[in-house]
Amino acid sequence: MRQIIHKSRIFLSVYYAYMVEYRAELILWVLANSFPIIMMGIWTEAAEGGTFSLSALEFARYFICVFFIRQLTIVWVVWEFEREVVEGRLSPRLLQPIDPVWHHVASHITERFARMPFTLLLLVLFFILYPQAAWLPSFSGMILAIATIILAFILRFLIQYTFALCAFWTERATALEQVWFLFYLFLSGMIAPLNVFPEGVREVLVWTPFPYLIYFPASLLVGLPVNIGQGIGVMLGWTVLFWAVNRWLWRRGLKHYSGMGA
Amino acid sequence: MAIIIAEHLTKVYPVAIKAPGLRGTLSHLFKRQYRQVEAVKDVSFEIQPGEMVGFLGPNGAGKTTTLKMLTGLIHPSSGTLQVADALPFRRERAFLEKITLVMGQKQQLLWDLPALDSLRINAAVYGIDDREFQRRVGELTDMLSLADKLTQPVRKLSLGERMKAELLAALLHQPKVLFLDEPTLGLDVNAQVSVREFLHSYNQHFDATILLTSHYMADITALCDRVLLIHQGQLIYDGALDALLDRFAPYRQVQLELERPVLAADLARYGEVKSLVGREVHLIIHREELTRSISALLSALPVLDLTITDPPIEEIIGRVFSDGVVL
Repeated sequence: MRQIIHKSRIFLSVYYAYMVEYRAELILWVLANSFPIIMMGIWTEAAEGGTFSLSALEFARYFICVFFIRQLTIVWVVWEFEREVVEGRLSPRLLQPIDPVWHHVASHITERFARMPFTLLLLVLFFILYPQAAWLPSFSGMILAIATIILAFILRFLIQYTFALCAFWTERATALEQVWFLFYLFLSGMIAPLNVFPEGVREVLVWTPFPYLIYFPASLLVGLPVNIGQGIGVMLGWTVLFWAVNRWLWRRGLKHYSGMGA
Repeated sequence: MAIIIAEHLTKVYPVAIKAPGLRGTLSHLFKRQYRQVEAVKDVSFEIQPGEMVGFLGPNGAGKTTTLKMLTGLIHPSSGTLQVADALPFRRERAFLEKITLVMGQKQQLLWDLPALDSLRINAAVYGIDDREFQRRVGELTDMLSLADKLTQPVRKLSLGERMKAELLAALLHQPKVLFLDEPTLGLDVNAQVSVREFLHSYNQHFDATILLTSHYMADITALCDRVLLIHQGQLIYDGALDALLDRFAPYRQVQLELERPVLAADLARYGEVKSLVGREVHLIIHREELTRSISALLSALPVLDLTITDPPIEEIIGRVFSDGVVL
């Protein structure tokens, strides 16, 4: 156990230093993910003119949460892993007595911390410009939201890493991620909260992983009604499923990789 | 007992084949056809602990494939293999802690951070405690003359310094068996010499076994008494380097710069004239004749400059093939 803590500490501190090297890019990445802010403008405008299940203020709060959750759940492992496989850089990593995925996990976790100051700065700026949108989430809502954001990150990482493992066979695993991203964009709650979706669509969606990646934690923060038990159950279910597929693909992939010449 | 035992190693790869043109592309898209390529054929050898062995062969001969089988990155299609008392392809922790593979151009260190940070990661991976880490880094830094370089970002290092830092990272866990694929590729002469000296002292210091591929003959002559020669996947020579050179490269290349042009006929008596351009002469002289020919040539011709070099390894291997298989 002490060994594991020591290893994690070293990995995290080195990768944090690595991420901080890219601070200029980090600011750009934070800004590049301001898509939810644009959606906020569209929806608050629409809410003022029409009747929706959410008020203009609730839309504003919802989308600022979407922005925040996106910042904390961004994942890029498929691009890095694909490059490692194509360029053969995975080989030396396989000769170290540790699963290469820990390098990616460490870089993803530390990137969140490196990005955090800019994200918070933007949030503060937002509430200064739009003070009536400020609110204090309930304590239980906050705790639950933090837990589900962590779970959402784990699930999204696992899903993308599972696609990444296809790089052992296709060398273009990123194409899979791009198709998936299209669904993610529309169904996760990034462009509209699930509340405005037709009832039938919503009933199907709650069994898919999509709404739990953004809509679910955002609703917990804003205080929109969600089925917490079902939500966490579905998230855990998909996590276990992708974990199993992931490990199976990893073993098969390594066999294939070594068969094709590593 | 041998530390590396390879018996009848064979590796066959499927390689996709595609006919040219649109038709070929379409049929490639829907129904791929594969051709089986034998990258390594029935290779057997043993290496004793502490030996330094050169692994030679032209590009595509099967060197890297063999190294990858020895390290466990790829499975042999047939044959048996034992390295450091383990089956490499299982990649068990105890085995991985005893070996290392350095591939010349494959970057392991984190590019934008000082090498020391990447080394800390390696220390954590191999479970080396802080005090031991400091000691080993100090020791290897001295051997590699890398002082103060480890705190600079890797991207700011010269190619030679970077290669040395890569070596340091690959050797931090003090492996007993080193597989080095072109460790001096692209380095200038000084850097090549210092990497060579380091490998020599590492071998002496840790009684490590080293199997090394290189395109530079000087690497092999400086470090290895024994060489394995591989061509088209087959091991065609396993033995002393001297015997190989005597047999297949019993000559030296001599480059001359003369004060004034000389007739080719006047040069021919000292050796085979390979080229003669103005005052620049390139001669091939038999090793046994070398001393006599050079002193005769120096006293008879107006020589300004003279360089003697080994023939390139590719040329020697070419000769091995034109003379037939030797094993």
